[in-house]
Amino acid sequence: MARYAWLGGLVLAIVVVVGVIVAVNSDKTKSLRIFIWEEYIDPEVFRLFEREFGAKVIEDNYGSNEDMRAKLQAGGAVYDLVVPSDYMVVLLRKEGLLLPIDLSRIPNLQYLGARFRDPPYDPGHRYSVPYQWGITGIGYNKSQVIPPPTRWTDLFEPTRIEPYKNRISMLNDMREVIAAALVALGLSPESTDPQHLAQAQALLQQQKPFLAKYDSESFEDSLASGETVLAHGWSGEIAMAQAQNPDIAFVVPAEGTFVFVDNWAIPKGARQKELAEDFMNFVLRPEISAMIVNHARYASVNEAARAFIKPEILNGPSYYWPEDTKLWWLHDFDDAGRLYERVWFELKGR
Amino acid sequence: MVRPLQTQMTHVRRGVLDGFIAPLLVLNALLAYSFLYLPIAVLVLFSFSASRYASIWGGFSLEWYAKLFHNPDIAQALLNSLLIAAATTLIATVLGTLAAVGLERLPDRRRASHYDAALTLPILMPDIVQGIALLLFFVLVFNALEYVLDWRPTLGRTTVIMAHAAFAISYVAVVVRARLSGMDKRLEEAAMDLGANEWQVFQRITLPLIWPGVLSGGLLAFTLSLDEFVITFFTSGPGATTLPIQVWSMVKRGVTPEINALSTLMLLASIALVTLSVVLQRRR
Amino acid sequence: MVLWCLIPPAVWLGLFAFLPLGIIIVISLTERGSPLMWQFTLSSYVRLADPLLLTIVARSLWMACATTALCLVIGYPLAYFIVQQRAPVRTWLYFLTLLPLWANSLVLTYAWMVLLRVDGMADQGARLVGWLGTHESLNWLYTPGAVIVSMVYWYLPFMAYPIYGSLEKFDWRLFEAAQDLGATRVAAFFKVLLPLTWPGVLAGSLLVFIPAVGNFVVPQFLGGAKAALIGNVIQERFLSQPQDWPLGSALALVVMLVISLAIWAYFKFARAGDAVG
Repeated sequence: MARYAWLGGLVLAIVVVVGVIVAVNSDKTKSLRIFIWEEYIDPEVFRLFEREFGAKVIEDNYGSNEDMRAKLQAGGAVYDLVVPSDYMVVLLRKEGLLLPIDLSRIPNLQYLGARFRDPPYDPGHRYSVPYQWGITGIGYNKSQVIPPPTRWTDLFEPTRIEPYKNRISMLNDMREVIAAALVALGLSPESTDPQHLAQAQALLQQQKPFLAKYDSESFEDSLASGETVLAHGWSGEIAMAQAQNPDIAFVVPAEGTFVFVDNWAIPKGARQKELAEDFMNFVLRPEISAMIVNHARYASVNEAARAFIKPEILNGPSYYWPEDTKLWWLHDFDDAGRLYERVWFELKGR
Repeated sequence: MVRPLQTQMTHVRRGVLDGFIAPLLVLNALLAYSFLYLPIAVLVLFSFSASRYASIWGGFSLEWYAKLFHNPDIAQALLNSLLIAAATTLIATVLGTLAAVGLERLPDRRRASHYDAALTLPILMPDIVQGIALLLFFVLVFNALEYVLDWRPTLGRTTVIMAHAAFAISYVAVVVRARLSGMDKRLEEAAMDLGANEWQVFQRITLPLIWPGVLSGGLLAFTLSLDEFVITFFTSGPGATTLPIQVWSMVKRGVTPEINALSTLMLLASIALVTLSVVLQRRR
Repeated sequence: MVLWCLIPPAVWLGLFAFLPLGIIIVISLTERGSPLMWQFTLSSYVRLADPLLLTIVARSLWMACATTALCLVIGYPLAYFIVQQRAPVRTWLYFLTLLPLWANSLVLTYAWMVLLRVDGMADQGARLVGWLGTHESLNWLYTPGAVIVSMVYWYLPFMAYPIYGSLEKFDWRLFEAAQDLGATRVAAFFKVLLPLTWPGVLAGSLLVFIPAVGNFVVPQFLGGAKAALIGNVIQERFLSQPQDWPLGSALALVVMLVISLAIWAYFKFARAGDAVG
């Protein structure tokens, strides 16, 4: 009998555990489910929102647009808010994965900077509300890289990069890297001409032996620690690296560069659409936007927030660069994308 | 269990290499353990670093341990990980052992080896593929349930457990099979000759003999579940974040030493558990 | 009774492993889209016939083999050494071998980067010993060597673990008997010990080789994302843009097929070499 007892106990244990889990899993009332990049918002903002609106905020994180999109495509998870980058808004919209936004609930849109109103990737803000933005450029260690880089060609020219062999990183991002190569060659980063792409591929292949790595996640870490001295990267991260290591500087390449905007969007299947819209509006309050900037160092789309942002951030890479810089949006292509994909695949595969 | 005896080697031939064996083994063990523990030493060291980045030393500090205790996200993730691992272990150990025993007893040996191969499927599938496939599977099921019963479940801990248990069953089965295949069948046959039925033989003879295998299979299942992130990412839902998912998504903005602190504490906890079990065993 | 044993696991695996496999097979037969289009076609398999892809598959297989071989060479003697110790020491050593599995593998991967990077601990150690000048570097990080080292690290416990299990229930009297019959220890090892612990070796090799083929984390972090392995390709086909779920699925299926063939060949070897058992 004792023998059966332990078997029975085991089964009971399983049932209890599973039961507890199912019970705990059951839906809570009025909670806002946010799917967002890690550390992309000050948690204090959630507390303030929870207190004011009487709802609970549940935050889940992802590390890339594509991870997030894969989950939305499969349709299993239910979130009320996601944070896609500009090109991802276009893709998600095309796949019917986003809900149109009721802009009348978001009066604070008035605070948006002019550049972000009516963006090309989402005219009229039908599906997205801008959140944070940045530009791509070159981060470098000013005590080690002499003379300092000023143009994209300074990342590709063999004579320029030879002294820093194995201390250079490029972003691990197909569009960014190929676009940089195209611009360095004096071509348009929106080109789909196979000839142009072949040239870009040759340039990238020539650059590869000088590189330490392709890295979109911790390039600022490597730059700040001195592991790399030249890094292809985004303004917000370089600003963070600078805060860790004052020798780090940021330059916007003279030929022009690429801008990105991360946005709030409401995925299909969201259960708390109105609460989500309230949240978007809440985040656009100048003090709240500023709080986020002061915490995360990324530039906010909110012009009115400037009054509350720390001066060293306003003067840093996140916000400060030459006014007349040519800025491109990086689009996503449909069939022409196959060409880009091939270039990238060849670059990584050989 | 027979321990290797240091016998009086009177009739033993010593080959050319024989003299080198013992010192080579010791050397290999030393190198292996240094190899295994070097990164762990680094991990523990950096849990005390004042710098935000987990790879730059910034001076000694306990701040990350303090931050750890005030971090509700990590606490929730840890709790989820432990719950999921516990449930996975229970389910996988039971089902995996059953599978192993069943396959071993199957009279048709050809069928058995086919099933054996089929059992290894979850180990064979790359985890991304498993993750996406399971996600699609769950969505299909949810759609069907919604259509038929007008109730749509969501992804959460339960779905993660189902996914984890699937591959854990395979691992447990492999381990227990290994244990079973070396077992002396005659003991079971003797018991049957003495009149025991199949269940009694299983309980009183088989199970105690394979128990170490079952336990180590369970331990393996627990460990694998705890560290699994790819499949978990795809099959989890809001609020069901596990520790590896948390760390994986922190990669985008740099892993802070809080995770180092947590890992150090987890290592200490498992050391404590083992010490406890060793002490208890000696008491008996 | 056998049926009662087999039905519950069969149901669980049927639902959560085989049905999903079926879904993957179906997807591999569709047309690429966002994420796919419901037209049935074999085009993804045609796309597989790409010499670059074959290069990558070959590279992944060779790295997995190297990892497995190294794990075996280090892991078997390690397990042997542990088994030779007496009771409390043995349990502790066994436990110490498995302990690294309890620390988060991603964090340990980062730790390897700290060790191997420029000005990292390996460099500083080499400078201390005089191998390197103060501004030189071993440049060990972001190389294939770093990838293999990290993979061996990740999977070594999985090799040691089943081998230890096999060694533990090995009847040492057979070993003694072989020696009494005149074999040297080395010969006894190859003729008696190895064949009888072969199940453990096999299990360990599988537990290392298979995950190693599909690993995408290590090549991305320790390889600097410069040399794609099959795991990276599959990951990108599912998660990057332009997406290509059919190709990702087809590729995964082909890889699984190749691994299965390799295992089947291994099993044949095992039967052939298993003279004693």
